[in-house]
Amino acid sequence: MIWKIFLFLLLGFVSVAGIAFPIVEKPSAWYEFPFIPGLEENAKIIFFHVPTAWLTVIAFLMSTIFSVKYLRKKNLDDDAKSYSAAQLGIIFCILATVTGSVWSKFAWGSFWSWDPRQTSIFALLLIYGAWFALRSSIESEDKRATLSAVYAIIAFVTVPFFIFIMPRIMAGLHPGSADDTNAGPVVNFKMNSSMQLIFFLSLIGFTILYFWMWRIGFKSIILRDKLNKQLIIPNKSGQEG
Amino acid sequence: MKSYSLYQKDYHSEIRTRYAVNSLAMFIIVAISVILFSIGNEKINQSLTGGLYWVVIFFSAMSGLARAFVSEEERGTSLTLQLIASPSTVFTGKLIFNLILVFLMNIVITILYAALFEEFIIRNFLLFLLTFLLGNIGLAVSSTIIAAIIAKAGSKGTLYPVLSFPILLPLILTSVQLTIFSMDGTTIGESIVELAIVVCYDIIMISVSYMLFDFIWKD
Repeated sequence: MIWKIFLFLLLGFVSVAGIAFPIVEKPSAWYEFPFIPGLEENAKIIFFHVPTAWLTVIAFLMSTIFSVKYLRKKNLDDDAKSYSAAQLGIIFCILATVTGSVWSKFAWGSFWSWDPRQTSIFALLLIYGAWFALRSSIESEDKRATLSAVYAIIAFVTVPFFIFIMPRIMAGLHPGSADDTNAGPVVNFKMNSSMQLIFFLSLIGFTILYFWMWRIGFKSIILRDKLNKQLIIPNKSGQEG
Repeated sequence: MKSYSLYQKDYHSEIRTRYAVNSLAMFIIVAISVILFSIGNEKINQSLTGGLYWVVIFFSAMSGLARAFVSEEERGTSLTLQLIASPSTVFTGKLIFNLILVFLMNIVITILYAALFEEFIIRNFLLFLLTFLLGNIGLAVSSTIIAAIIAKAGSKGTLYPVLSFPILLPLILTSVQLTIFSMDGTTIGESIVELAIVVCYDIIMISVSYMLFDFIWKD
């Protein structure tokens, strides 16, 4: 319970601070953000865009970890965990794509410009879509769990190409691209300390939110499976499930 | 040696029906003629030519390579294969067959493409050859492992390009870049990073496929 109150306060503070704190030329008070040339007021979306993109990758990572676990132990609960991680992953992936393209419309002039990072998030969206298409095409539970675990792992090993290699060798618009003169970690990029604080608080808040939602998700899937088995097995074999 | 015998089995059953080769050949002709019709009398530039070259390769591969494991499932021979050979042997046999199919297909595509497209002039032939070799190996490996997944899944044909495209995307993007480089006449030294990416992709895909094929193959 205390976690939920803490999370609510954290995300409430991040949302209010991210949207309402003013952007000024020379920040003096702690709640003032610096004026970044080229970004201006658009800079505030960073508090919501980067965490969603981060969670897309975290969700994929968790999904892959539990896929590996499933292949080792063949426990269907791990498949449920992997599935619900990916369900959240595709939601955050869509959110990251939408917030990103809104930001790109105002910062770069068009909704979509095939910047390397936009290509990566598009590829992630395709991977998630293909993964769910594969799952829906298989009837048998064990087979579905095995094949989708294998596909998740194969897809996961291609992700480093999209996230770490492509953006650094191809010319792009995001900070950290190959032709960016102030290339470096995205976070140090012209933020002052108050902006960084809100940024990291937002990352932490969204990550906790993700793990909380994920726990609810996989618990409900496991419970549903259990209930289904209790309903089906006595009818089929005439015994208690 | 067992995997070579498996390859020979596939080769003989392919020679008997010529299903994969015929459909591949027709598909290449259809794909290239669709592109030629849609271009009409327009002059297209070099980078577009390089990109379209990989479009033809991707869709031809999608039409021809899915058969590798589906044919075993259709004929009901996959259980026999499971009895007589270990999973990695089966995968090697299928991989050899698909590699040869991919190389044959892409040699035909390249010859036709060079004959039909004026702008398709290779200035750095060695770079193109390297791209061709490494790209084809990656294409064959990824499409073989996806074909194995598809054969065990319910819906056979339609899901194949859907599952393969995201996996092949890093390979295709880099290969398009390298093809354009070889048409520009960029030296190998300047394109070493892209070549390294393709090599990494091939190695990662080969190792992951061999590690995971056991799980797909055993029911």
